[in-house]
Amino acid sequence: MREVAIIGAGMTRFGELWNQSLRQMFVEAAAEALNDAGADRIDSMYVGCMSGGQFTGQEHLGPLMADQFGMAGVASVHVESACASGGVALRQAFIEVASGMSDLVLAVGIEKMTDGADVTNVLATAADQELEVYYGVTFPGLYAMIARAHMQAYGTTEEDLAWVSVKNHRHGAKNEKAQFPSEFTVEQVMSSSMVAEPLRLLHCSPVSDGAAAVLLCPLDQAKDYTDKPVKIVGSSLATGSLALADREDPAFLDSVQKSGEGAYKMAGVGPRDIQVAEVHDCFSIAEICCIEALGFVERGKGGPAAREGFTAIGGCIPVNTSGGLKAKGHPVGATGVAQAIEIFRQLRGEAGARQVENARLGLAQNMGGSGASSVVHIFQGV
Amino acid sequence: MPSPRYTREIPSRYRLEAGRCKGCGKVNYPARLICPSCRGEEIEKLNLSPQGTVITSTVIHVPPADFLMEAPYAMAVVETPEGARFMTQVVDCEPSTVLPGMEVSLEFRLIRKEGKSGILCYGHKAVPVA
Repeated sequence: MREVAIIGAGMTRFGELWNQSLRQMFVEAAAEALNDAGADRIDSMYVGCMSGGQFTGQEHLGPLMADQFGMAGVASVHVESACASGGVALRQAFIEVASGMSDLVLAVGIEKMTDGADVTNVLATAADQELEVYYGVTFPGLYAMIARAHMQAYGTTEEDLAWVSVKNHRHGAKNEKAQFPSEFTVEQVMSSSMVAEPLRLLHCSPVSDGAAAVLLCPLDQAKDYTDKPVKIVGSSLATGSLALADREDPAFLDSVQKSGEGAYKMAGVGPRDIQVAEVHDCFSIAEICCIEALGFVERGKGGPAAREGFTAIGGCIPVNTSGGLKAKGHPVGATGVAQAIEIFRQLRGEAGARQVENARLGLAQNMGGSGASSVVHIFQGV
Repeated sequence: MPSPRYTREIPSRYRLEAGRCKGCGKVNYPARLICPSCRGEEIEKLNLSPQGTVITSTVIHVPPADFLMEAPYAMAVVETPEGARFMTQVVDCEPSTVLPGMEVSLEFRLIRKEGKSGILCYGHKAVPVA
């Protein structure tokens, strides 16, 4: 297997981008990634998108986006794993370059959520239609049940949950691409409107539009494009039960643990070696569960991490320096690639006001559904 | 919901038909073709007892469009005495009182209506044991 590096990145601002279509966002992010690397061709590309079909009525995104990008002819395919679609697109690109099949492969994550679709229903298609959605559950409802199980088992409090949002908004306030670059107090989070008990509006990531792209090539060719490539040293994808009821412990995300272990093993490192991480905080409880499953804290000890500053910039392991899904926004298919871009910037020392000092090794974890799929990548500055 | 699909799901929804793996004894609801625990393929049918315990729960305040009139409503993962777990609404009580550990019985109820002219969809809802 060849060593693989990211050599360029591009992304749109995240938010309600009323004036930009799915294809326009794609081209903006993809063109920026190629320009960033000074590349004028690609061998193939992967389009990560949860549901162009349901959000905008558009499927067959592989050829559509290649054509719109002026690259008709290259291999291009849409990959889907719900909200982990972007991370999976990155993994497919990584595998293709590592295998020697292609040299220049583009991974793009994209989603257009504000074109009028019933977002609650579309997102719910990532849950079990026959066993969960049929009875009236929503995605916030599923994560609320995970939260309540965590509170019951470990004494995690509503204030602990609120601190995750407060911390991520503090980080996001320093990110010019973020949908909500504004800070909130614990009191504001805890008095926001109830969505699914115990989760309130400000525990939930927003509905967003956006696209993010990274260009990959073999490490031994990276110097042709950039002085600061970032190596992908670990990549792992794992699955778990789709339905929450089928999990032995509803407060633990097995797929996240498995994907983390796979990526650590491949990279030859452990959780203590990671200096900056982006994890899938679609809801505040998700960040708590993910930092446990990834081994940043012990199982059951994730609750106080944000409140105590452990996961803040300046803490032991800064998590979601971009603002996370909560503040940066969560155009579902784009999220996994945007997380990789944040780590790419951090490891190149280009993260500006949210730079983590001397970051050499970073991790990105992207999750689908209520944790039925999880993909982890580990990156190393060169 | 298309009628063929609805009809297919009637045994599990109407009669709480589950499957028990003859190899490892794991009970799954609804029955599967392959046991998720041991990959055994010999699965025997069994009907679940119409009762259970709440494992975890929530109260939905922002519902899907089809459940707009019912919000706020409680939902829970319930475990039956046979060890099967499934998602259901918990009704006929104050939603906020539905918490882990609550004992419930399972009753046959209307679950949803498919729009103004679609079919009525049935299944089980949980009711707290007095």
